[in-house]
Amino acid sequence: MRIYATYNIKGGVGKTTTAVNLAHLAAADGLRTVLWDLDPQGAASYMFRVKPRVKGGGKALIRGKRTLDDAIKGTDYDNLDLIPADFTYRNMDLLLDTDGKGGSGDAEAGGKTARKLGKLLAPLADEYDAIFLDCPPSISLVSENVLHAADVIVVPLIPTTLSVRTLEQLTAFVAEFRGRRPQILAFFSMVDRRKKLHREITETLFPESAQVAVTAIPYLSMIENMSVERAPVTVYAPRTAAARAYRALWSEIQQLQELASGHRDEVPVGEN
Amino acid sequence: MKPGLAGLVASDETTNSDFLNPRSEIDGDVAAVLDALGRDFTLVPEQGSSLTQAKLAPRRRTWLDTFDWRLHRAGLLLEYVPAHRGGELRLTARRSATQDPGENENPSMNTAGLIAAQPVAGWQSVRPHLAGDLPVGPVTDHVASVIGPRALLPLVTVSTDVGVTRLLNEDAKTVARLLVEHPALANGSVHPLSPRLTIAEVRGYSGSARRAARIITEATGFDPVQGDLLTEALAVGGRQPGDYTSKIDADITASMPSGQAVAVVLLRLLDMAEANVPGVLADIDTEFLHDFRVAVRRTRAALKLFGAALGRPADVARFAAEFKWLGDITTPTRDLDVYLLGFEDLARKLKAAKPDDLEAFRDYLRGRRAKEYRALARALRTMRFRDLTREWRDKLTPLTPGSPGGAGSKRPKAPGISAATLAAETTRKAFVKVARMGGAITPDSPSESLHDLRKRCKELRYALEFFAPLYAPSSYGRVIGDLKRLQDCLGTFQDNEVQIREIRSLATAMQAVHEAPAVTLLAMGEVAAGLVDGQAAARADFGRRFSEFAGIEGQRRMSALLRGGLNADLRHVQH
Repeated sequence: MRIYATYNIKGGVGKTTTAVNLAHLAAADGLRTVLWDLDPQGAASYMFRVKPRVKGGGKALIRGKRTLDDAIKGTDYDNLDLIPADFTYRNMDLLLDTDGKGGSGDAEAGGKTARKLGKLLAPLADEYDAIFLDCPPSISLVSENVLHAADVIVVPLIPTTLSVRTLEQLTAFVAEFRGRRPQILAFFSMVDRRKKLHREITETLFPESAQVAVTAIPYLSMIENMSVERAPVTVYAPRTAAARAYRALWSEIQQLQELASGHRDEVPVGEN
Repeated sequence: MKPGLAGLVASDETTNSDFLNPRSEIDGDVAAVLDALGRDFTLVPEQGSSLTQAKLAPRRRTWLDTFDWRLHRAGLLLEYVPAHRGGELRLTARRSATQDPGENENPSMNTAGLIAAQPVAGWQSVRPHLAGDLPVGPVTDHVASVIGPRALLPLVTVSTDVGVTRLLNEDAKTVARLLVEHPALANGSVHPLSPRLTIAEVRGYSGSARRAARIITEATGFDPVQGDLLTEALAVGGRQPGDYTSKIDADITASMPSGQAVAVVLLRLLDMAEANVPGVLADIDTEFLHDFRVAVRRTRAALKLFGAALGRPADVARFAAEFKWLGDITTPTRDLDVYLLGFEDLARKLKAAKPDDLEAFRDYLRGRRAKEYRALARALRTMRFRDLTREWRDKLTPLTPGSPGGAGSKRPKAPGISAATLAAETTRKAFVKVARMGGAITPDSPSESLHDLRKRCKELRYALEFFAPLYAPSSYGRVIGDLKRLQDCLGTFQDNEVQIREIRSLATAMQAVHEAPAVTLLAMGEVAAGLVDGQAAARADFGRRFSEFAGIEGQRRMSALLRGGLNADLRHVQH
């Protein structure tokens, strides 16, 4: 089982559209896939037409009183299930922090509370080959949990100087993890070739960084339409540039894993 | 109410046109179903093929089970589903035919839960598969211990056309699927089976699926399907799941004339023997021969115990001799089968020697077995065997009830005795013999006394089993259970002794043909020592087993059992 998280501290950078399309592509490749919509806004749930509500409450789920199994909903697509968002996720930091020691500022960084999500996911290993976590934008105990649980963190970046800095911060943060560290793959998202800054940054700033994907996802109204179509773009417009771009990104993620498999521990993290 | 709302179904490339082109009498009903569902859901035809559908309802599948239905009896269904690349074995829990619909929230739902699935490459549906031939995987893990030494055989193949309609909720989310299935038997010729409707659940939306099933039941009067597709497919060939059993289960009653009852039992035993002959001749697995031998042994015991009830003693003696011949020609192969079946266990128990040391012994056993089997197969192909079964059937059939000019005209010698009386008298005699003989056995008695007791126990066991339908099941179960444990103890004692003797002669024989490496002979010595220990343990256990079965309490239980059988007869007379 591989766990993929789409993460960025900023909102509106394309996390959810990325998670939805990549999850659909993974499922179409034959991987038994589940997407967990951790964002209380429930955008991913909306795109799969699933009501943002967890049976028995999201609180019981996070606290481990109900199993994830009960919350899983089948999507309209083969091999693809969804764990919907729940409004109680807005308090997820508190729910995860059952010890009451505080959030990510916890003296024991990467401790028990930061690994709770990973534990909740462990029972799914028999049933799924791929888990996608769609995170809310923030730096919090939730994101720390997600970063610890994930094998691969997919980071959408809008090509601005400032957002590029967030990648450096994230890389540095992950580098401090003890033991297992996730791979990070950033990619430029919502790239508008008409904007000079976008061109400059995508072409010059990270031309050769191993952490930044060659594939960039362009700014396309076809992708924005996902919230109208309420489906992955790879479903309703499979032959468009948008769908092609996500397919390229997915194959790059898989290549990255193939390269890393076997010598995970030696993968340099945060040494850019 | 119309039958047709099913629990299981299949998939294919499907469009709504399946419903529009009338293919059978249910198409009109399908339109009514769609109408009713359309009031609560938005209906959309499923476009193209989908994996989800393929899982719900394979286009083609072949069910597998052992000859004696071990998977069926364990509540399991195993099917092979061919796919584009390779295929898949799927193991599901069988829906119990006796399940009360009230126990299940929704009987029309797909309740046959998948236990395990396993891809297989190059699977040949028509070939029998022993557990050892199955590829490693979760299905193999599940079934290996259930099927034991028996081979998986193809039962029946069904191909299915399916039309799928998606049921959408107010968010246009698929919350259930309606599958309209047109299955057909595909064993050579195509034979259509009843069309079926199924509501397939989407994970996390069981409420919607239940609602859809309820709408269908209420609005259109479809009734949940009784029995599964396999049962229906088998019925075409006049078969049903579980139709072979090595239990006697003869159709007899307490008041039946004893001659008739004995003929019915013997005919049932002949059926059983004959049913196993093709499997023995194809050498599919060892248990065909085992069951064949059991039927022969039971026949011999029945002739000995009740043969007089058939009349014409000379005739009976002739058949008894022929069945002894059958027993004798099958013994060497079976003895070697038993050795080979238990071989892994023998090898595992070795302490000083390594399991591999026994390989030469195993090879030798296999070679001997092949030779003995050829002789056995030749015998079963002779005129002598064919004549025996034909003449035996010809003799028994007129004696059974319901045969034209039969039972009534050819009256057996003791027409006044009912089956219950014959059973009670014979069984009592057999029991007394066992009780006396066993009671006289002391720790100093020779092995032969235990061997003789074992034979008497077998006869008693058969006497009880032949007339099992006459007894109350609970008291019968207790008596048989105690007897079985005593027999197991005696069996271990004697089998070990036989094996010890055999291993000595086999060692000599192996040396004579220079196939006996020193390590193998050493290991065989250790095996023999282990057998001696096992035999001693069985001997030590004998006293307890015997007194449980034939002590005062055991005697009371036996009397009560036999009285019960007689009372059943009396009740019948009073009516």
